[in-house]
Amino acid sequence: MQTIFSWSQVSRRGVMALALGAGVAFAAPYAQAAPKTAATIGMTVEPGGLDPTIGAQVMIGQVTWQNIFEGLTTIDKAGKVQPQLAESWDVSPDGKTYTFKLRQGVKFHNGVAFDSSVAKFTLDRARGADSVNPQKRYFTSIDTIETPDASTLVLKLKQPTGSLLYWFGWPAAVMVEPSTAADNKTNPVGTGPFVFGSWAKGTKVDLKKNADYWNKQVSVKLETASFRFINDPQAQSAALTAGDVDAFPEFGAPELVSSFEGNAKLATVIGNTELKVVAGMNNSRKPFSDKKVRQALMMAVDRAMVVEGAWSGLGTPIGSHYTPNDRGYKDLTGVYPYDTEKAKALLAEAGYPNGFTFTIKAPQMAYAQRTSQILQALFAEIGVTMNIETTEFPAKWVADVLKAADYDMTIVAHAEPMDIDIYARDPYYFNYKNPEFNSVLAKVEASTDATEQDKLYGEAQTILANDVPALFLFVMPKLGIWDKKLKGLWENEPIPSNVLTEVFWEE
Amino acid sequence: MAGVFRRPVLLIGLVVSLTLIAVALLSLVWTPSLPSKMNIVQRLKPPLGPGGLFGTDQFGRDVASMLMVGAWNSLSTSFLAVAIGASLGSAVGVIVAMRRGWLELIVMRGCDIIFAVPPILSAMMLGAFIGSGRFTAIIAIAVFMVPVFARLTLAAARQIWARDYVTAAIGIGRSKTTITLVHILPNISNQIIVQVTIQLGLAILTEAGLSFLGLGMPPPNPTWGRMLADSQTFFAQAPWLAIMPGLAIALAVLGLNMLGDGLRDLLDPKMKSG
Repeated sequence: MQTIFSWSQVSRRGVMALALGAGVAFAAPYAQAAPKTAATIGMTVEPGGLDPTIGAQVMIGQVTWQNIFEGLTTIDKAGKVQPQLAESWDVSPDGKTYTFKLRQGVKFHNGVAFDSSVAKFTLDRARGADSVNPQKRYFTSIDTIETPDASTLVLKLKQPTGSLLYWFGWPAAVMVEPSTAADNKTNPVGTGPFVFGSWAKGTKVDLKKNADYWNKQVSVKLETASFRFINDPQAQSAALTAGDVDAFPEFGAPELVSSFEGNAKLATVIGNTELKVVAGMNNSRKPFSDKKVRQALMMAVDRAMVVEGAWSGLGTPIGSHYTPNDRGYKDLTGVYPYDTEKAKALLAEAGYPNGFTFTIKAPQMAYAQRTSQILQALFAEIGVTMNIETTEFPAKWVADVLKAADYDMTIVAHAEPMDIDIYARDPYYFNYKNPEFNSVLAKVEASTDATEQDKLYGEAQTILANDVPALFLFVMPKLGIWDKKLKGLWENEPIPSNVLTEVFWEE
Repeated sequence: MAGVFRRPVLLIGLVVSLTLIAVALLSLVWTPSLPSKMNIVQRLKPPLGPGGLFGTDQFGRDVASMLMVGAWNSLSTSFLAVAIGASLGSAVGVIVAMRRGWLELIVMRGCDIIFAVPPILSAMMLGAFIGSGRFTAIIAIAVFMVPVFARLTLAAARQIWARDYVTAAIGIGRSKTTITLVHILPNISNQIIVQVTIQLGLAILTEAGLSFLGLGMPPPNPTWGRMLADSQTFFAQAPWLAIMPGLAIALAVLGLNMLGDGLRDLLDPKMKSG
């Protein structure tokens, strides 16, 4: 065993640190007298870049969306579409022409004015042949983009796209300035209420207030804000208790939430999310290509047990790829309820009376590891042996599972709202192909009637619940823990985000 | 045998080690309940209650059963790793002592290189190539053990080679291989045995470290290291989940180290001061 440091080395620096620490401690009471205008927000995983238009990680949007970057439309805390950089819009009766009236006087952080040419550039960049936009398919229905004048943007669509305005509110559709677009990954420049300050890789991202923010109706109270990345839930808890971090909007460990109960300083706010934990199966690989096998596995799963064991009971079981806060939600947990005997019978019918063996590629996150272990025990009850292979998330998981689809089963929380259409994508890692399902989703886009759309979403959910392309397990709650005096953070999460516009410290 | 009772360190070490082995062997035929059996209703129950002797974990599994099977998993992995490391390392050591010259230089520098890479790191590299699991853990620990035994046996064998009776054996024309087998190995076997015992403790600690990092045996096989890792966030609610496997690891390492120390005193009184 080696000695890592010696006291002789440490002493000089240690004395200096002590002296500095003492100085800060004496200075602190005076500093606190002024109203606080800084907030530190904790996040579990650090994003790989800061440009939401080129990377799929939800963490990118959680740092930048609405803080640095803004879109033509936005999504409010209730999940509704609101105008943002587009003041208003007109949709032609056939649903194929969108005319946006753009806001005047909006400037990017580098001083460049926002106008229709910028909007056209952004959309062309997102839908172009070499676009790497994570939601590229959202822009594929756009046929032509016209800019009659600086404040008007006209989109002609190939076919009606009912969700277009909603999609324009997403992080992937934010407006970017042509001259800085290429560097947004490391130096994001947007139109939002906060300007990018610095990024200490592995530690934090600093933002500061945008003094020239266009929207004078909101008064941004925070002068500075930082996002700190702390992976380990124990350390998250310690940072909150010590006051190093003011808020953890998505706290990492549900079992530690109860330890904050009765805390005089910290508030626990449990809200909704769109985080659907599903165990995806490779529908093109035996034996998962057989619908009966997938249904049998679904019936082997006791969702209540999964929620209790993996997430300390804080979660809602789901029967399809849809959350209770999504429009047109249907509770389909009863389609294939927990029934070991029926599961065994169905497995025998599919030709596996003695079960089979396969491997789950489970990311290292606690929810995935714990759920995998519970599934392993549940599958053992019906004679199916599941080996657990831990696959590092995001890099290795994205390469092996999402991109290469080289897996039997996997488990991950799908964070994006209203993403039921991932089952219609080809290719997508489930390798699920059902023309009937695809046509239902096509009808949703073709329709402009909300009631009709909700009904169609219900049909789509039912098809998935019956076909079981993935084991639909539960929706994770948003475990928000923050300083009681810090106000204005979103309680629910209709879209993964940390919107700081309205955040302030109560006196 | 009388020597054992006059040496408390050896006695305690022997008792702890034998108990550990007995528990590990018992787990093969009997545990209070199936260690992989989950019972969510009974999750996080404290020891000595409805949760059993040592309580239950976050899935309602019986901690006592998991510890028993964990003892087997930990010991068998460590034994195998040390067995491989000791045989390979000792073989290298005596062969080098027999040949000397440039071979000694190369092997000793090779040992230095292996020593420079900690077993946790080599396990991670191995895991990246062949996937983590028991095999990876055994190889990673064994590789780390080889230079330990190579150096020990080389140093010990060189002393024996300098003895008069070995010179005499050379003089009457015995081959180097015969001398190694007849004179060298029997005379250094005590030192190897002592070293095996001490390295076993280290191997258990390393195995626990590897499982803690998720590089050991995969679930549902219980391992002490993973039990400890899983217990972290539950420490406030269920401290026994961390204390029990922690105690098991500490006791096992302590017992084997005491046994090693005691054996050294017993078998090689001259080394007592060292």
